[in-house]
Amino acid sequence: MNYNVDEKGYYGDFGGAYIPEMLYPNVAELKENYLKISATPDFKKEFDDLLKAYVGRPTPLYFAKRLSEKYNTKIYLKREDLCHTGAHKINNTIGQILLAKRLGKNRIIAETGAGQHGVATATVCALMGIQCIVYMGALDIKRQAPNVARMKMLGAEVRPAQSGSKTLKDATNEAIRDWINNPVNTHYIIGSVVGPHPYPDMVARFQSVISEETQWQLEAAEGRSHPDHLIACVGGGSNAAGLYYHYLNDERVNIIAVEAAGKGVDSGESAATSALGREGIIHGSKTLLMQSPDGQITEPYSISAGLDYPGVGPMHAHLFRSKRAEFISIPDQEAMDWGLTLSQMEGIIPAIETAHAFAVLDVRRFGAAEILVFNCSGRGDKDLDTYINYFNL
Amino acid sequence: MKQNRIDQKFEEDKKLLSIYFSAGHPNLDDTVPILNALQSSGVDMVEIGLPFSDPLADGPTIQESSTQALKNGMTTETLFNQLEGIRKSIHIPLVLMGYFNPMMQYGIEKFCARCQAIGIDGLIIPDLPVDVYHEQYKPLFDQYGLYNMFLITPQTSEERIRYIDSVSSGFIYMVSSASVTGAKSDFGAEQASYFERIAQLGLNTPTVVGFGISNAATFQAATQYSKGAIIGSAFIKFLEEKGVANIDAFVQSIR
Repeated sequence: MNYNVDEKGYYGDFGGAYIPEMLYPNVAELKENYLKISATPDFKKEFDDLLKAYVGRPTPLYFAKRLSEKYNTKIYLKREDLCHTGAHKINNTIGQILLAKRLGKNRIIAETGAGQHGVATATVCALMGIQCIVYMGALDIKRQAPNVARMKMLGAEVRPAQSGSKTLKDATNEAIRDWINNPVNTHYIIGSVVGPHPYPDMVARFQSVISEETQWQLEAAEGRSHPDHLIACVGGGSNAAGLYYHYLNDERVNIIAVEAAGKGVDSGESAATSALGREGIIHGSKTLLMQSPDGQITEPYSISAGLDYPGVGPMHAHLFRSKRAEFISIPDQEAMDWGLTLSQMEGIIPAIETAHAFAVLDVRRFGAAEILVFNCSGRGDKDLDTYINYFNL
Repeated sequence: MKQNRIDQKFEEDKKLLSIYFSAGHPNLDDTVPILNALQSSGVDMVEIGLPFSDPLADGPTIQESSTQALKNGMTTETLFNQLEGIRKSIHIPLVLMGYFNPMMQYGIEKFCARCQAIGIDGLIIPDLPVDVYHEQYKPLFDQYGLYNMFLITPQTSEERIRYIDSVSSGFIYMVSSASVTGAKSDFGAEQASYFERIAQLGLNTPTVVGFGISNAATFQAATQYSKGAIIGSAFIKFLEEKGVANIDAFVQSIR
């Protein structure tokens, strides 16, 4: 089976471009150009140079000695938390801003939930001197004040999404509406492997630098380029897509995707899309999504703002349905505890999203000779308030 | 085979006024009273909006009316139940307009069968692209006698317009400008030249202009080169302010 996108923009049953006609020219322009442009030597050089000198790549593949001893297995951390702006998100925004420039766009829009993608977009717009407008749910603006301030410092305009539930999905709707209203000069930088084709594939390709580096780094450390298990958290799924990308069709590698169970999968307050979602359409993509029996999209819950997207990228929906990946959901409490554990055992304070992935070590056994690579996708600075309140620090 | 009511209507020698409203708004049970009032006021066709939580092609007015309709308890099943027997009183063409996800969840074939049983003439599904429809769903829609209408915009290429024309039935929904839905007070020179350009293509399918029509002036401008026009947001605002009882006054202000 092929786990990459097919020529029509589908991953098995999922994907495609279920968009209003108003968006057709914008999406068609991207579809016709994203592979062509990103394959030019000029693009590749600028992308690689920026990833190296500006983002700080390659990020280390770090052998977590104490953790490995405790769990009697070999644990590596791909340190995306060391990227500029504190998470993997910037790999994608660098790629898309370079693409937007070559498409002649002079206005950038983006959606953001917790603000990480908004900050990463505002950052690259500042870098290129391009106008930046970030849509953010009105509720999220209140909850994520430091990131709102960061975006403003970087020169972006943060526009509140007042519609629907006033969170990430509504910010995404507002960004799409903006794109409908500004079809010619604007590029929409989506932050995850979601949205209409070619976005899921384009974002996955820009994030695939994670698995590309993992291959040679693991070869150097272990004498083989493939691990036994890859483990990453999945909201929309961009850090996971980046970690899996070069191993998707390598059946020696087991893929584990970790979703946020929130207060428990059956609690009514969860973001475990694979367990709770049904096939449907969200933001232009056919995928698994959380919805009412009548097909209204419901609001997910997780203590980590980066995992509470009601859908999952179509690549991940396909990995789930085809059983290529194992899906595990982790409740708030275990994720929060792992925030502390990783801090105190390895001296790394992870984002709460990232902490979910590590909790797999408590629910699944691994062999002593097995090699595990975790995507340490983001650092925990942005979550300090949540940690402080949760643990009374 | 019985002629589709949309085709019958489009044979009439007049400019057609079509009205959109969100089912379940302002009140859950307003659907049938609104339809009756629109027909008796001389409206030619009605688009009944099936509310959706995430209407990404719609501006604030229709978003809010959808949200309110959902809060009022509107569902696909409720709408079908309200429309049961509607053909005893309503003879103008009825089109259901909604996003694809609620239809998928209802079951596409079941949805089509229910539409046929009620006497729905066609569908407008903004986020079901023409090529996907053509490849996957057209036979089903044909089987149940349903037309599916497509949108074009000022950015749609001539090649694509010709393709859409070749697979269209009923009418082509011409989006007046690059925008989401919402009332405008007038159209500029840009719209006029777009309307004229499309008219000169000599398409097989009649066109109806929508998005931004709000009053007699925009209705006139829109129908100069097309068969009719659709009013949505402006009607929804009127309903909120003046209520179902005064629909006739709204319709007379357009004609």
